[in-house]
Amino acid sequence: MEIPYTVEERPDTGLINSKLGIWLFLASEVMLFGGLFSAYVFLRLGAPDGAFHEWGQELNVPLATLNTLILISSSVTMVMSWASLKMNDFKKFKMYMGITLLCSVGFLVIKYIEYTSKFHHGIFPSTNTFMAIYFTLTGLHGLHIIGGMIVNGFLMGPGSKMWKTEPEHFTNRIEIAGLYWHFVDLVWIFLFPVLYLL
Amino acid sequence: MSDHSMDDIKSHVKVYMLVFASLAVLTVVTVAASYMDLSSGEAIFLALIIATIKGSLVASYFMHLISEKALITWILMITFVFFFILMFIPTIAFFDWVNIS
Repeated sequence: MEIPYTVEERPDTGLINSKLGIWLFLASEVMLFGGLFSAYVFLRLGAPDGAFHEWGQELNVPLATLNTLILISSSVTMVMSWASLKMNDFKKFKMYMGITLLCSVGFLVIKYIEYTSKFHHGIFPSTNTFMAIYFTLTGLHGLHIIGGMIVNGFLMGPGSKMWKTEPEHFTNRIEIAGLYWHFVDLVWIFLFPVLYLL
Repeated sequence: MSDHSMDDIKSHVKVYMLVFASLAVLTVVTVAASYMDLSSGEAIFLALIIATIKGSLVASYFMHLISEKALITWILMITFVFFFILMFIPTIAFFDWVNIS
């Protein structure tokens, strides 16, 4: 059975089904990360005065700043890959999607460097409550990056065959994947100051 | 968003580049602000304000919320009400409701 309303808007919602679906999923994601942000507030309030800030000093701000810029860039290339399809330029779509994937790899490599350097210094989630929430939040965010890479990789590779048969449906798929990717970027925009700068 | 003409998209692309530049500048600003001599309350306030501006830019332009259907806006408004409740739950734990101490 074919999925209904992938290209045409459903009359009662005024939306294609996949868009409503992804936004409902993202709403649930807000609550998932929200629960952990809430845990962060709880742990910060419960820690001795200034301790949370002190424990956070172990983190590498320049590397995290670089990662923020990488993730923002990947968001731009993601939206550009969608815009390229809108302009019927499949080659540019592939190029921008490729850069998006490269940025994701770069982000994970930097995250790996950060994690391993912490481990080398004997810093683990069990070290203190700050590190516990730091590893949980960035770990969950990292898993989201990997999830996005799988979807984006599929859409750039085997999934892109759809462009020849159903270009509009394919363009919508890129937009939906983009919405998820921008959300992952948005979460990082909050994680970065909360964990590294405060 | 299937009713976009080519020119529409081209003007969108310009906006995306502007948003990109603003996000990059705001990232530098938020890092610079963290090196300023602020009280922790001021620092938290400033960092959250900048993050909120950056987040709104991403949501409004990259995620097209600025021209999105009302249904989605409603879903998100309800989500944020619950999100804020979630943020305030931890503070409840720090009130001494039954005067134990």
